[in-house]
Amino acid sequence: MNFENYMKIEFLSKSQNESFARVAVASFVSQLDPTIEEMADIKTAVSEAVTNAIIHGYDKSNEKVVIECKIIGNTIMIIIEDFGNGIDDIELARQPLYTSKPELERSGMGFTVMETFMDEVFVESHKGIGTKIQMTKRIKVAENGE
Amino acid sequence: MRLKLEVENNTLIIHLDGELDHHSTEEVREDIDNAIDSRNIKNIIFELSNMKFMDSSGVGVVIGRYKKVDKLGGVVGIVNSNPHVDKIFEMAGIYKIINKYDTKEEALGNM
Repeated sequence: MNFENYMKIEFLSKSQNESFARVAVASFVSQLDPTIEEMADIKTAVSEAVTNAIIHGYDKSNEKVVIECKIIGNTIMIIIEDFGNGIDDIELARQPLYTSKPELERSGMGFTVMETFMDEVFVESHKGIGTKIQMTKRIKVAENGE
Repeated sequence: MRLKLEVENNTLIIHLDGELDHHSTEEVREDIDNAIDSRNIKNIIFELSNMKFMDSSGVGVVIGRYKKVDKLGGVVGIVNSNPHVDKIFEMAGIYKIINKYDTKEEALGNM
């Protein structure tokens, strides 16, 4: 298979697991020696995608969220998947400030954050089947030979 | 997330220490709003020097509190935000409506 390292975790869609998810991904990514800024970017993007899965994927029920990470050269690929509601209109959902749940005081910035902090973000979603977010970021190699 | 609230005159100073995400937001929002309602608060300062992590949930918290005190004729200030927090706030246009200060004293002096 076309990667140097791989991990997969699965957890319940409870908001307590948002911090678990981003810390787990961050510790896997640390083998690429990211800068503090790159690490913060990745943790934030993961937090947004996992929060979306919890709030929008499953509403109030607690079901499965899966994260897979692949290291391909200096690039980290992160796939975050739920098996819940699916997104009605992906283009609309990706618009800055759009939120389908304004009553929750969400900023509608989740996808914008993912797109800004990662190099690429792909979204695949089917009604009643679920949503899969695939994000990649290339970690810059330190120039001082580290 | 550890929430510490202090009041100076009619300004509520909110110290958000730790990680602010969707989960911790749910925990702190009610406490902040109760303090605003019960202690005759007009202005708010978010003191973020011990903020370890924040995602876009933090934007929702700040904008929500801004809307609340804006109705009362109050203002909101942000103090000691780190570069990562600034990046998210700038992305969301927060600094177009909320001022950023280096110290709590400076923020208080401008309210």
